[in-house]
Amino acid sequence: MTEDTTPPRTNHINDTEITPEIVAEHGLMPDEYENVVAHMGRTPNMTELGVFSVMWSEHCSYKSSRKWLKKLPVSGPQVIQGPGENAGVIDIGDGDAAVFKMESHNHPSFIEPYQGAATGVGGIMRDVFTMGARPVANMNALRFGDPSHPKTRHLVAGVVHGIGGYGNCIGVPTVGGEVNFDSCYNGNILVNAMCVGLARTDKIFYAAATGIGAPVVYVGSKTGRDGIHGATMASAEFDDTSEEKRPTVQVGDPFTEKLLLEACQELMASDAIIAIQDMGAAGLTSSSVEMADKGGVGIILDLDKIPCRETHMTGYEMLLSESQERMLMVLKPGRESEAEAIFLRWGLDFAVVGSLTDTGRMVVHHEGRMIADMPLEPLADGAPEYDRPYTPTPLAPHVDPSQMDDTNITDALKTLMGCSEIASRRWIYEQYDSMVMGDTLAGPGGDAALVRVHGTKKALAISTDVTPRYCLAQPVEGGKQAVAEAYRNISATGATPLAITNCLNFGNPERPEIMGQFVECLEGMGAACEALDFPVVSGNVSLYNETNGQGINPTPAIGGVGLIEDYEKAVGNAFTQSNQYIFVLGKTEGHLGSSLYQRFILQDDAIYAPPSVDLELERKHGEFVRDLIDAGIVNAVHDISDGGLLVAVAEMCLPHNVGCHIDDNNTAKFWFGEDQGRYVLVGDDADKILAQANASGLTLTYLGKTGGTELTIAERVHISVEQLDAVHENWLPDYMKTV
Amino acid sequence: MQASVIVFPGSNCDRDVAVCLEAVTGKKPNMVWHGNSDLPDSDVIVLPGGFSYGDYLRCGSMAANSPIMKEVVLKAQKGTAVLGICNGFQVLTECGLLPGVLIRNADLNFVCRNTRLIVDNNTTPFTGLYQQGEEVVIPVAHNEGNYFADDETLDELSGEGRIVLSYAPDDNPNGACKNIAGICDASGRVLGMMPHPERRAETALGGEDGKRMFTGLVEALS
Repeated sequence: MTEDTTPPRTNHINDTEITPEIVAEHGLMPDEYENVVAHMGRTPNMTELGVFSVMWSEHCSYKSSRKWLKKLPVSGPQVIQGPGENAGVIDIGDGDAAVFKMESHNHPSFIEPYQGAATGVGGIMRDVFTMGARPVANMNALRFGDPSHPKTRHLVAGVVHGIGGYGNCIGVPTVGGEVNFDSCYNGNILVNAMCVGLARTDKIFYAAATGIGAPVVYVGSKTGRDGIHGATMASAEFDDTSEEKRPTVQVGDPFTEKLLLEACQELMASDAIIAIQDMGAAGLTSSSVEMADKGGVGIILDLDKIPCRETHMTGYEMLLSESQERMLMVLKPGRESEAEAIFLRWGLDFAVVGSLTDTGRMVVHHEGRMIADMPLEPLADGAPEYDRPYTPTPLAPHVDPSQMDDTNITDALKTLMGCSEIASRRWIYEQYDSMVMGDTLAGPGGDAALVRVHGTKKALAISTDVTPRYCLAQPVEGGKQAVAEAYRNISATGATPLAITNCLNFGNPERPEIMGQFVECLEGMGAACEALDFPVVSGNVSLYNETNGQGINPTPAIGGVGLIEDYEKAVGNAFTQSNQYIFVLGKTEGHLGSSLYQRFILQDDAIYAPPSVDLELERKHGEFVRDLIDAGIVNAVHDISDGGLLVAVAEMCLPHNVGCHIDDNNTAKFWFGEDQGRYVLVGDDADKILAQANASGLTLTYLGKTGGTELTIAERVHISVEQLDAVHENWLPDYMKTV
Repeated sequence: MQASVIVFPGSNCDRDVAVCLEAVTGKKPNMVWHGNSDLPDSDVIVLPGGFSYGDYLRCGSMAANSPIMKEVVLKAQKGTAVLGICNGFQVLTECGLLPGVLIRNADLNFVCRNTRLIVDNNTTPFTGLYQQGEEVVIPVAHNEGNYFADDETLDELSGEGRIVLSYAPDDNPNGACKNIAGICDASGRVLGMMPHPERRAETALGGEDGKRMFTGLVEALS
């Protein structure tokens, strides 16, 4: 060590006495604090307490969820890296790998929507490029409060600008996503960002640090005071004073991230890096603890070397800062100058800030004193694992809401096409650059986005899905449905579903009924992943999404990724020409419980059982659809979800203004029921499609033919596609215009 | 035809346009770093889209002052063709090769979508393969694409046929004066345009209307 000449601070933060109040302010329970003391073998000082508190926060330690996450299926022949690294990795053939993850930025986005959403996008991209991948697609799953809530419009505008501001600048296309509006999100919006990258299977980078004496290097932006205790904030409920927490929201700089991305890619082309980790939640603390712990080594840090943006920062602040666009790397000894040259050329900070030791401890020096000396293992893995009590969700009545016999199908269709849940998201997605990088084959608006693997015939299909109202009514079925819908959306393009990432957004796990929702949603998800060979390779848990005791609907968002070998075989979800035959695959029973028809037409807020998911049939239908697409027998496919069959058909009319005539005499239940596992199929050769379905023993119903500029059902429904398009397109821009 | 693509920190369509140029010319373009002061001889210089210098200060203003731009201006003055796309167009106005300025979109939102364009001048080296008055579809993706200039400049541009591309009157995505999507200098050899022709150069990506700009350049410059 160099000799320190700085005089010790008077009133050093570590001289503060640790009182129960200070422990509570750090979000640690009294028994958790006792554990800290036991692991330390003494009372921790303030810096050490700060480090323990973030590492043991719900956000970093998954202490309430770990027990249940372990039960999810995480393996399969396609899986190269499952949960536990910065992102999951799957094999997509020919030495190519897809690297992806989804993460929440809910709490910061509610407090400061632009920066909260922007840094969510920035953080998830760093998770992906840390692994050696180049990000090629961003997705997002957003939930806002009721449209009539006074804050909703401001939050929508801020979040959308933030996502666009970051993704557009760095030059990664935002290719799709989903949006819901519901009063349960009035005080807790959800901003879940997903990133998918591409790497070579032999050039994947991991976080485990090895090599005693190897230099620990800090690169990227300078460290400021922003985001201190962000991970702790993300692990607490909100109340009316939460907006006072604005200073704990980080500020993003996509330009720096673009430079960091390019510099990292350049260095990764060499073999100088041993380990690399993004400084995300809990910043320098969590990145250094995780790298050293995963490699089974120790680490010594000299904070005087940390590039700082502000003066007089304490060690406590440097360790807990969540300033963005920073990475920590362990380099092979002797390769420092080569790496430094790359980072300096990109105009980024580069500093050797420490080295690996064999002590199994994290030792931190600052201004001439040792300010922390802690055992790594309990920091990383010693957080208590809670088996929180939970109560099963009461069974929702298995009956349908009573229908109105006189429902006018035309009016109901118009209402649904223009309702907040189904209306076009164009106002949002046109603010995202969906085309940069020149490989977006199908951007927002389809069932799944399709992004070509650059320079090949292969394409990734990507979809984000969950139906929170189903999860609320019956979490097991809702959990299954979220996975099944991702599977269906990917299959509808012709791609084979390969793996998922998830973002599990729930309320306060200390309440048994919320914990019950969590446990049951995971049970359903796990069953679906198992049955569909659709394992979980990465994910994130966001709990305490509550304000003043009002929890959100359980929202386990799924990000699915699939592969199609020849993108020229892929199909879209729109009618493209006249005189084609329209079929429905799957049985239509007319299940109206928890449907949008219930919410918007019957305006009934009672909780009824959602449609159930038959996983075996789901798989058969998916395989059948993919085979038909591969054989070129169908030329458009659309999954049937929110709003049911007629909404799906209407959506297929819109993109190319091609109508259809349906010869049928069913009731509202048939048209708007949300039975699962169904697809609309369109093709030229009706006999062939029917023969294939008969051969497979599947239910396929002939619906009608495409053509004209109206959607008509027998003599009962006549509505022009133009009119449908207007109600569908106008809702969101009109809503965003009203002040 | 040999092309050079200038890479600024924050450029993000440099690879996209290079892929397109290589497909059309069969030759890899030179990728030239902004900090260089040597620009290899080339038939066309492309300033790509993106967020050079993070769009900080003002879109394109810092890039316009980077070392390589002195060379670009010199070459342009000697007659080398220069194509500025999106952020590249902003750089061309900032460095004075083209008049006017690109201000924030009228609705204050970033916009990424296909636009219908009218080819108003097919006598430039960039537009020779289009019909005069032809309507083509090429996407835009920008936050500051709203072309603005004083009336005198606008009259001069239209009088001299220097409005090369304009948005169809019912499809102006940003409020640009005279629906301007692309303009050229007096020689016709420097073109700045907000739409991205490199994003419409393959049927798999929706069409080839943009590709004709590059194949036309090859015909005009080889």
